[in-house]
Amino acid sequence: MLTEKKFNLIIVLGIFAFSLIGYVINEPYFITLATKIVILGIAGCALNLILGFGGMVSFGHAMFFGIGSYVAAISAFHSMNGETIDLIFFDFNGSSQMLFNWFLAVIFSMFFALVVGSISIRTSGVYFIMITLAFAQMTYYFSVGWTKYGGEDGLSTYVRNDLFSINTMLPLNFFIICFACLCVVWFILNWVINSNFGNFLKGCKENEEKMRSLGLNPYTLKLTAFVISGAITGLAGALYVDLNRFVSPTSLSWQTSGELIVLVILGGSARLFGPLLGAIVFILLEQFLGEVTENWQFWLGVILVLIVLYFPKGVSGLIIKD
Amino acid sequence: MSLQLFIEQLLNGIQFGFMLFLMSAGLTLIFGVMGLINLAHGSFFMIGAFSASFVAGLTGNFLLAILASLIFPALIGIMVESSIIRKLYERDHLDQVLATFALILIFSEATRYIFGAFPLFLDIPNILQGNILLPGEIVYSKYRLIIIIIGLFIAIGLYFLINRTLLGIQIKAGQNDRQMIRVLGINISRLYTIVFAMGAALAGLAGALIGAIQSVEVGMGEPVLILAFVVIVIGGIGSIKGALIGALLIGVLDTMARLFLPIFFELIMETSQALSLGSSLASISAYLLMALVLIFRPTGLFGKK
Repeated sequence: MLTEKKFNLIIVLGIFAFSLIGYVINEPYFITLATKIVILGIAGCALNLILGFGGMVSFGHAMFFGIGSYVAAISAFHSMNGETIDLIFFDFNGSSQMLFNWFLAVIFSMFFALVVGSISIRTSGVYFIMITLAFAQMTYYFSVGWTKYGGEDGLSTYVRNDLFSINTMLPLNFFIICFACLCVVWFILNWVINSNFGNFLKGCKENEEKMRSLGLNPYTLKLTAFVISGAITGLAGALYVDLNRFVSPTSLSWQTSGELIVLVILGGSARLFGPLLGAIVFILLEQFLGEVTENWQFWLGVILVLIVLYFPKGVSGLIIKD
Repeated sequence: MSLQLFIEQLLNGIQFGFMLFLMSAGLTLIFGVMGLINLAHGSFFMIGAFSASFVAGLTGNFLLAILASLIFPALIGIMVESSIIRKLYERDHLDQVLATFALILIFSEATRYIFGAFPLFLDIPNILQGNILLPGEIVYSKYRLIIIIIGLFIAIGLYFLINRTLLGIQIKAGQNDRQMIRVLGINISRLYTIVFAMGAALAGLAGALIGAIQSVEVGMGEPVLILAFVVIVIGGIGSIKGALIGALLIGVLDTMARLFLPIFFELIMETSQALSLGSSLASISAYLLMALVLIFRPTGLFGKK
C-alpha cells in the first residue's frame, strides 16, 4: 500500500519510463501507446474533477473532447489547403501552430461547456446524465451532417502541427509535448482541488443546502468546475488530433463518453489522478486482450463488471492506503 | 407535397413512435421501480431480433419467431438480473451506467461470436407483405400497420396490467415506497425480476418487429436505446403514460423533420448538401425537444416533482 503522493509519482514516472524504453529498444509503437495513455489520462482527470469531486455524472464529455479535436483539426486543415474562413471581422487562414490550435480548442470547448453547463446544472441525478448525453448527441449528428469537414468519413490533417522548432513527427518528441501538457494540467487540477474552491465543490457533492447556508452559490461553483473540466477535455481532444492526424464523429459519440467514464471508474474516482491509472489499465488491457482474442471487448466487459461489483474504489483503491 | 404522402409519413412516425414505446415502457418501469439506469436495454432489442431471425430461419414460421423474440430476451433478462443487475440497485447511478455499459460490450461481442459479423435478415410473412388501401385513398404498408396495432394493444394491455391487477399495484407501490412493500411481506426480489424480464421481452419484441424492416445486426439496439432514454426523460421517468406520449411525440417529430428539413434546406442550398444537413438536423430534433422540456419542466412532462 502506498500513499497517494508516492502513487502519483510512480504512475507518472512509469509512463515516462515506458516510452523511454520504447525509444531505447526502437519500438515506436510503445511510445504511441504511452502518448495515448497520457492524452486519455488528461481527459479522464478533467472528467473526474466534476464526476468524482463535484458529483456530476456527465455522460456527454465526448462533446468537449470532440469539439477540441474538430476545432484543432479544422484550423490545421485550413492552414494546409490555404482556404480561408471568412469571419465577419477578418479572414482566418487556419494555423499550423500547436499552441495556437490548443488555445482555440480550449476557448471553444470552454464556451460550449459554459452554455451546456448553465442549462444542465439546473437538473440533477439521472436528468443531468441524460441532458449532457443529449447535447453530446446533437454535436455528434451535427458533425455527421457537416460534409464540408468530412461528415461521417472524418477529417484528415496529414501532418502534425508545429511547436517552436521541435520536430513533432518524431514519436518521442510528441510524447514529451503531451507529457508536458499532462504536468501543466496536473498542476492546475491539484491547485483547483486544494483551493477553497475545491473544498466548496466537494461540499456541494456532500450537501448543497449546507453550502447555500454558508452563503455560497452551488450553481456557480458547479458551473465553474464544469467549464474548467470542459476546457481541459478540449485540450486533450486537440492533442488527440495531433496524435492521429485524423478526427471523425466517433470522437463525439456516446461510446466515447462511456469510455471516458470507464477510465474514471477503472482508476478510481476518489482520487484526482485515478483516471490516469485507469487510462493505463484500459489501454494495456485493450492491447493485451486484442492480441490474445478477437473478442476482446467481451472480456473487457467482464472485467469492468467485476470491478464495478467487487472493487468499487477502482484499481487505485487497491494500491493506495487511506 | 400531396396529402397522401403527408399522411403516410405521419403513420410512419406513429409506427416509429409505438416501436419506441415498446422500448421505453420497460426502461421507464425498470427505472421507476428499481431505480436502475439500464444501458443494456438496447441489447435485449438486439437479442430479440436475432432470436426471431434464428427461429424464423429454422422453422419458417413468423409467429414462432415473434414468440421467440419475447421468450429469449426474457430468459436472458432473468439470468442477468439475478446474477448481476440485482447487485446494482443499491449502487449510485454512476456504477449502474458503467456496469450496464460493460454488459453492452458483453452482449454485443457474444452475439457477434455466435452469429458472425454479417447482418441477418428476417422476412415479413407473405400475408403481411404489400400495401393496404386505407380510407381517403391512402396506400399504406400492411406490415407497418400491424406494428401500430400491436403497439396499441400492448399500450392498452400495460394500462390494465398497471391499474387493474395485483402485480400492477405492487409495481406502483414499489415506485412509491420500496421499504413499505418489503414490510408488507411482498417478495420484492421476485417483483424486480418480473419487471426486468417484462421490460426485456418488450424490447425483444420491438427488435424483432423492426428487424423485419431493417437488417438484424450487432449494435442495432444502441441508437434506439438512446432515443428511448430521450423518450422517458421527456415523458417523466417512471410514467408509462409519459413514455407513450413521449414516444409518439419523438416518433412523429423525427419522421416529420426527416421529411421537411431537407425540403426546406433545398430552397437555400444545393440538393446533396441540403439532404445531409437536413437529415443530421432531423436527428438533432429529438434531443433539442428533450433539452427544451428539461429546461421548462426539469422532471419531464408526467414526472413526479
